[in-house]
Amino acid sequence: MTQQIFYDSGDDKMFKVRKVSKRTLLYAMLIFWAFICLFPIYWTLSTSFKMALDVMQGNLLPWLGFEPSWLGWRSLGLSPDTIGEQSTVRDEFLKRFTNSTVISVTSSILAVVLGSSAAYGLSRFSYKFGFMNNSDIFFFFLSQLILPPVVLALPFLVLYKSLGLLDSRIGLILLYTLSVLPIVIWVMKDQFSSIPTELEEAALVDGLSIWGAFLTIILPIALPGMVAAFIICLVLTWNEYFFAALLTSTHANTLPVMVASQTGSQGISWWSMAALSFSAILPLLLVGILLEKFIIKGMAAGAVK
Amino acid sequence: MSSEINTLHIVTSEVTSKSRRKLGQILVWGSGALLVLVALLQTLATNDVINLPWETWRPTLYAYVLWGCALCASQVIIRGEQGKRVLFVLPAALFVISLVVFPLLFGMTIAFSDWNLASLDGRKFNGFDNLIQMWNDAFYWNSLKNMVWYLLAIIVEFVIAFGLAMLLNSEIKARKFFRVAFLLPLMLSPVAVSWMIGKSMLENRFGPVATMLRNLGWENPSFFGTPEMARLIIMLMDAWTYIPFMMIMILAGLQAIPKEFNEAADVDGARGINRFFEITFPLMLPVSITAILIRIIFKLKIADLIINLTAGGPGGATDSVTSFIYREYRDRSNVGYGTMLAMVYLVAIIILMTLLMKLADRWMRPRT
Repeated sequence: MTQQIFYDSGDDKMFKVRKVSKRTLLYAMLIFWAFICLFPIYWTLSTSFKMALDVMQGNLLPWLGFEPSWLGWRSLGLSPDTIGEQSTVRDEFLKRFTNSTVISVTSSILAVVLGSSAAYGLSRFSYKFGFMNNSDIFFFFLSQLILPPVVLALPFLVLYKSLGLLDSRIGLILLYTLSVLPIVIWVMKDQFSSIPTELEEAALVDGLSIWGAFLTIILPIALPGMVAAFIICLVLTWNEYFFAALLTSTHANTLPVMVASQTGSQGISWWSMAALSFSAILPLLLVGILLEKFIIKGMAAGAVK
Repeated sequence: MSSEINTLHIVTSEVTSKSRRKLGQILVWGSGALLVLVALLQTLATNDVINLPWETWRPTLYAYVLWGCALCASQVIIRGEQGKRVLFVLPAALFVISLVVFPLLFGMTIAFSDWNLASLDGRKFNGFDNLIQMWNDAFYWNSLKNMVWYLLAIIVEFVIAFGLAMLLNSEIKARKFFRVAFLLPLMLSPVAVSWMIGKSMLENRFGPVATMLRNLGWENPSFFGTPEMARLIIMLMDAWTYIPFMMIMILAGLQAIPKEFNEAADVDGARGINRFFEITFPLMLPVSITAILIRIIFKLKIADLIINLTAGGPGGATDSVTSFIYREYRDRSNVGYGTMLAMVYLVAIIILMTLLMKLADRWMRPRT
């Protein structure tokens, strides 16, 4: 009869049990929070395929709980059977979508261009503008982050009115660029500071001008950071509602304004609201899923020295 | 933000010629003169002294832009290499100054006037009347009080975000999936969220949350009926969107902790809560404070959700300052009073942030 010589002591067995239960708890918490994060998105998507009865009965699962229909997407003119036909709602939607895209992309590009060059300058040269030295200028840019939009909104309303910029894309682009510029400068300053100055010094010795060195040597290295900054800007400007609601009325309306104006009037026709909401968030959902690395990189830039 | 700036020092021997300097100066002063001229003409035109075909103040704007470009160009022309360096910062600085400082100064003059865009008679200077009106405006103070509640909610958000970051930082499978899932709420626009969650999921007849609560035994769930409940719901929804933001910053901080610390902690037998409070948390203090400060800045702007979901109700219980001023303008077109409220808010924010930053600076300094 063979005898087992080595035993796990009672303590060790407990350790194993504790470890397994710990892991279970860990995953339970992870899945719970993932559910909290994803359920509203799933809810919106599934509701856009529901009919009135399904909404009222609160059916959740497609094919099991309810039969999917194109009702919501049809009201938006985006279902398979209506996509070929004329649809005023779809034209309206596409117009807002174009506005949102043009405004957010342009202002993000503008902010990245202005902000990157400013951040580069601040990380490489010592300036003296009057009483302000580098850290003062940097702080001046960052302090714009504190400025609540409501302070600028009403003066801009009056100014834009006299400049004929109310309800125009350019007006919103300028304001959005302003509101994301501090974030770009913050992220990019961090990026540039981590690039050794020897690179430009070598380039300058080789005969490039300082702008040449910046454009051909430094920018390619800092490109990931710029993409990160650009995406963060895109998220913020795409979702911006306050300025858009105040400063636009018919021509330059963005998507959030359209969503907001529909929520009141649609009542219980949830399917069409759900379709509209989902198509408003879809571009950024894709950005979030595909470019998550850049977003995290950008946001981490400021946090960790 | 590193305190010392690694500066690129280049020695240049470029001396700009006298004619070049003259050209630069002509450029700046010429375009400046043009700007003054156009502005003057337009001022005269608005006062009906002369007639101009221009309907808006656009020409002045164009002249201003031209002057800005001339200023940038002249820097290079006059100062050569040094000017090229200034050119890195100057466009951004000009941009910010012209879009912030001028409107702010202009806003100051609006704030001290009685100006209702709906009424026909234009702006009237009325001194401190707006301030006195504000002092007696219970709804404004109420919205400020609500802001305090909203700010306090950040503490809870921070705890949750820290917990989630710790979860993501532990040894798990499918980390990428969870990271993306946790990040997604941040991508959603508050306006869409206000419908997705506030108006459909929390709807008290058919919403899934209401159904669930009814099954759990709450007879008649109502989420925006009582002031406390409505405020809590707004806080929860805002937290839902912005927790990922803090979470990512904290996660970045956690990942930047050198492995040696954890190994040393293992050797010393520090476990569980002890280890967290003695090692992880102190190391994470700077990142945490940065995350909280930025979160406060974003929280102070909260408006979209409230405007779309409750419009400040019930009875102003969920009003933030921004949404209150928004309605003040939307419902009453009261530009003068609204601007005064905003200005007071700005001053309050600046004081608050300065204090917080001073405090943070003290905490972040290493303990001796």
